[in-house]
Amino acid sequence: MENQILTLVTFFPLMGIILLLFVPKTRHDTIKAVSFIVAFINLLWSIWMYAMFDPVASGMQFEVNIPWVSGFGIHYHLGIDGISLLLIMLTTILSTIVMISSWNAIKTGVKGYFISMLLLETGMIGVFVSLDLFLFYVFWEAMLIPMYFIIGVWGGPRKIYAAIKFVLFTMFGSLLMLVALLYLFFMYHGYTGEYTFDMLKMYEMPIPLGAQTYIFLAFALAFAIKVPIWPFHTWLPDAHVEAPTAGSVILAGVLLKMGTYGFIRICLPMFPEATLQFVPLISILAIIGIIYGALVAMVQRDVKSLVAFSSVSHLGFVMLGMFALNLQGMEGSVIQMINHGISTGALFLIVGMIYERRHTRMIADFGGLSKSMPVFSTFFMIVTLSSIGLPFTNGFVGEFLILLGTFASNKVYAVLGATGVILAACYMLWMLQRVIFGKITKPENENLKDLDGREKLVLIPLVILIFWIGIYPKPFLRRMEPAVNDILSRVEQAKVKLAEMENKTDPVVYEDDRQLGTVEIEGE
Amino acid sequence: MIPIGHFLILSAMLFAVGAAGVIISRNLLIMLMSIELMLNAANLAIIAFSRMNNIVDGHVFVFIVFAVAAAEAAVGLAIIIMIFRNRESINADNFSLLKR
Amino acid sequence: MEQPLYLIPLFPLIGFLLNGLLLGRLGKKTISFIACTSVGLSFLFGLKFFFDLLSLPDTARIIENVFFTWIPAGQFHVNVAFLLDPLSAVMVLVVSGVSFIIHIYSIGYMHDDAGYGRYFTYLNLFVFSMLMLVLADNYLLMFVGWEGVGLCSYLLIGFWFEKKSASDAGKKAFIVNRIGDFGFLLGMFIIFWQTGSLDFKTALDPAVAHSVFAVGGGMITAATLLMFLGATGKSAQIPLYVWLPDAMEGPTPVSALIHAATMVTAGVYMIARSNVLYMMAPATMAVVAIVGVATAIFAGSIALAQNDIKRVLAYSTVSQLGYMFTACGVAAFSAGIFHLMTHAFFKALLFLGSGSVIHAMAGQQDMRYMGGLKKRMPITFWTFLIATLAITGIPGLSGFFSKDEILWKSFSSDYGSIWIWLIGLITAGMTAFYMFRLVFLTFYGEERMDSHTREHLHESPKVMTVPLSILAVLSVIGGYVGIPHILGGDNRFEKFLEPVMKGVHHSVEGEHALASAAHNGSTELILMVGSVVLVAVFIYLAYHFYIKNIAAAGKLRQRFSGLHKIIYGKYFVDELYNAVIVQPLVVGSKFLWKIFDVLIIDGFINGMAVIIGDMSTGLRPAQSGILRTYTTIFLVGVIVILGIVLIFG
Repeated sequence: MENQILTLVTFFPLMGIILLLFVPKTRHDTIKAVSFIVAFINLLWSIWMYAMFDPVASGMQFEVNIPWVSGFGIHYHLGIDGISLLLIMLTTILSTIVMISSWNAIKTGVKGYFISMLLLETGMIGVFVSLDLFLFYVFWEAMLIPMYFIIGVWGGPRKIYAAIKFVLFTMFGSLLMLVALLYLFFMYHGYTGEYTFDMLKMYEMPIPLGAQTYIFLAFALAFAIKVPIWPFHTWLPDAHVEAPTAGSVILAGVLLKMGTYGFIRICLPMFPEATLQFVPLISILAIIGIIYGALVAMVQRDVKSLVAFSSVSHLGFVMLGMFALNLQGMEGSVIQMINHGISTGALFLIVGMIYERRHTRMIADFGGLSKSMPVFSTFFMIVTLSSIGLPFTNGFVGEFLILLGTFASNKVYAVLGATGVILAACYMLWMLQRVIFGKITKPENENLKDLDGREKLVLIPLVILIFWIGIYPKPFLRRMEPAVNDILSRVEQAKVKLAEMENKTDPVVYEDDRQLGTVEIEGE
Repeated sequence: MIPIGHFLILSAMLFAVGAAGVIISRNLLIMLMSIELMLNAANLAIIAFSRMNNIVDGHVFVFIVFAVAAAEAAVGLAIIIMIFRNRESINADNFSLLKR
Repeated sequence: MEQPLYLIPLFPLIGFLLNGLLLGRLGKKTISFIACTSVGLSFLFGLKFFFDLLSLPDTARIIENVFFTWIPAGQFHVNVAFLLDPLSAVMVLVVSGVSFIIHIYSIGYMHDDAGYGRYFTYLNLFVFSMLMLVLADNYLLMFVGWEGVGLCSYLLIGFWFEKKSASDAGKKAFIVNRIGDFGFLLGMFIIFWQTGSLDFKTALDPAVAHSVFAVGGGMITAATLLMFLGATGKSAQIPLYVWLPDAMEGPTPVSALIHAATMVTAGVYMIARSNVLYMMAPATMAVVAIVGVATAIFAGSIALAQNDIKRVLAYSTVSQLGYMFTACGVAAFSAGIFHLMTHAFFKALLFLGSGSVIHAMAGQQDMRYMGGLKKRMPITFWTFLIATLAITGIPGLSGFFSKDEILWKSFSSDYGSIWIWLIGLITAGMTAFYMFRLVFLTFYGEERMDSHTREHLHESPKVMTVPLSILAVLSVIGGYVGIPHILGGDNRFEKFLEPVMKGVHHSVEGEHALASAAHNGSTELILMVGSVVLVAVFIYLAYHFYIKNIAAAGKLRQRFSGLHKIIYGKYFVDELYNAVIVQPLVVGSKFLWKIFDVLIIDGFINGMAVIIGDMSTGLRPAQSGILRTYTTIFLVGVIVILGIVLIFG
């Protein structure tokens, strides 16, 4: 059992789908209950996995490596380190919460919807556990399909446009990734004579710098669209605005993390030299994203698109911290991925809750909700504050570590990035003011029902996590530290290698070493 | 021993009849049968060559083609029946929805 | 020494959680009992640890308490840990003490408010955050309190959230503070990457600081300036003072507690705490002193012409905070903290007194509609008068000792100059004028309120007047802990704080400054007398214009109507910020969204889609949908290819 825990966590939701196939499609409550129970049991499995995870060991854990299509060297290779562990936990938690939150929101096609959700869960976890590039690609693409349906079938008025935009953007990136992936596959064959898609083996392959640059770019584009890094972000607001609440939660909470996870799992360790070369580009795009996202968020009229643009800003922080290429920055980056999932997920849930009551998301339609819905407003405020990054909430730990790390690698980036902290307060508080403060101007807002038990149940776990990560982040940081160190040591080696290469072509060094080094130079 | 040419000429004639049937007929059912005819023309040629060269590969191929043809007929007929149910017609010219 | 210091902030936290989670389920009595008891317990524990501290020898007066590891990330390591040394002990006592008094007062003041429970919940959270701020043993935990008090300030300013102006003011306070926090964050980064720690013990060790920073070097100057930016945000100094006057939208006890006595002094505390670093950056010290004294006179001048009783006090607070920064800037950190303490007493009293007046006037805050309240509200009047005398610096009251100490240091210290002293002196005169203008307009003269209000005028209930009386006593005697040498005291306050002010004693200039201060006894006395005389003159002027010859004030206002308009309009700084920063930001953002996002990026993508769509429309007729056509083309194709193969192959 212990060896197969990853397989279990990944494919358990599929068992739920099989169960659901036997439930008649008119039995809505049964369908909902079954999907919730399946997601919840999967959460328990993942908690068990978390408990068994050895926090100090480096390298992959719970590894499974079985040949799948042995002719092409494709293996069913699973394994997790601290980074993927946390992301899997995030996925199982959000998936469970989403099942409860969609209880009343979905009225049509209930069965299809919950099947899509469970399929999505498998796809997402699959991406985080795959250690085989082919498998990774399969899950990466597989996850698109249920998301496409969730937006396209259960979405808002412009759902088709949004769904197609979402799929086309992502597909465009992943096709380039496929090419790069095959290139790597044949390159590895040329290098060792073995056909394999195994990531861990590819880590060890010395790729010439020129080729690295192109492969890095191909992978980076696929991931950048998913993150999304500015200027590839325009699919995000559309997808969020049109998606149903649960879709937005999963989209923001987990799907965007696939991009950042891809960077951390594939780009950084596999192409460290290219990574070093692209630090300025990615960092600057990340900073533009931080500031741009915040500014545009400020003038949005729809709460959901405001949150969507705030995601662009937050994910900019994640990328900035990652490309600081030091321990603090990268740990901050990983914890910020989790934070964003929790806080933004909660924000979307909250927006969904007022949408269910008022059937509008326009900021101007609200005001004074604090009076009619005090509990709701309290939750809204806590989540907003965590999104702003108030100390002792999760957002602070992430943003602080990211900026601390960035400051060590480049002060200008850190200063520019830190302005995002001010802007975040501007757009979030302004939104908060217009939605929950002020006088009630619309009569519809007067007799709104406050949150019921189910809705509180949805939000309370997230609020607990917000404070847990904010006050006692040590368990999380401790678990990711070995993994982060592994990746960083690869980058460090690359740094040394690059420095050596530079020295070799550096004429000054030749002059200094002329007498000593003639023989060696000829040997080159 | 009948020379190979006879088989090939018969095969070519069968194929021509089948092809003409597909091109000329508008009835989906007849088109399907014409396709069968073409397939069997190919089978005949294959089996003839196989006998001539004394290699069994051709026989294997023919069996596979039989299987495919059977499957095709089954699916094809099913589709035709569905189309007929929905549209009350099996005239191929009526189903040109792709054209603007 | 290790002691359970966490007990000090623990109780307000418990109070906050109890009141917050059971909001709407508790009676008013229970709510206020929980809130006041928790803060009272904090104060008692503060006192206990204070005496523990006193029992230690001078040089070893440090109590520590490591609670748990907060953020570990490689070499970065920060604990939730508390530190009680003389400086934080003073702060803890002032914060918990004044908070307790104001909590009691609030029972009366907020009695009829619908948000009673919410109010005390926020107030307890504030006390918790403030105690975290002053007890933290590292910059990051201090930052927790720093932002925490900012949050509470936001919540309490916007307490009456249905008023647009209130929620606007709260938002403004938070955002302006965030700009300061931006500086604080960056300052922390420099300190961490240079000294390798954010713990005060390491980062503020003179030996460590001197080994990693060059005195007057770029790094230390940048770090201290950035931290000072944080302080200007929190403590309402130029250029970030704009939020404090607006913050008067909150309930008056909040103004007293947060925006006068405690939170706004956090910046002064932080700089005094970081004295080791600041003493290594003379350029920053000059900036601190200049900003401080400029704020003092700038805000003081605005206070001269305001009619809203709370706004006068707000600008007065900004001005007094300017004094404290001036003190820090001239390396007289203890004097700054001394003034911080006395100011906490008398300014809290002034605000509470004004609250009592507003309470009686049924919410009226405009002094033009008050007057003659002296007889109606004797306790309020007398306590208010004591506070006014204290703030103007009448000898014998607390304000005199602390303010005089600052003026003297700004004159005599090597970091000071005669100009700083002079501006400080003029500000003292202004203070006397606007404070007595306020007293005369409110408590003397004819009763200018409408008859309905007049009938309901009453002295406030005991629950409000007793806190006033306690604060009045403190305003009088608060200064006697720091009687200067020249008046026969031995400045026990400064001596108590000495172990914390390592920076001053570490630097040669600091020693020198202290030595020269001790030698100029007669100058000190002359300056002291001079300032007292000046204050007296300005009090007389206020008496002349607002009691004896009321018409003269009007005439004066008419003659300088332009100047009056500028001062009354607060130099139009808010309008300036709005036009230069806020509006361009909003307009620019709209441009980015509508033009860049929608038009350019999406336009490009959708344009591609349209082009591809158009191209496929052209090819569409080829797919006729007629099976026979397809077959014919197919057959012809086969024949052509076969033919080619046969002919050419």
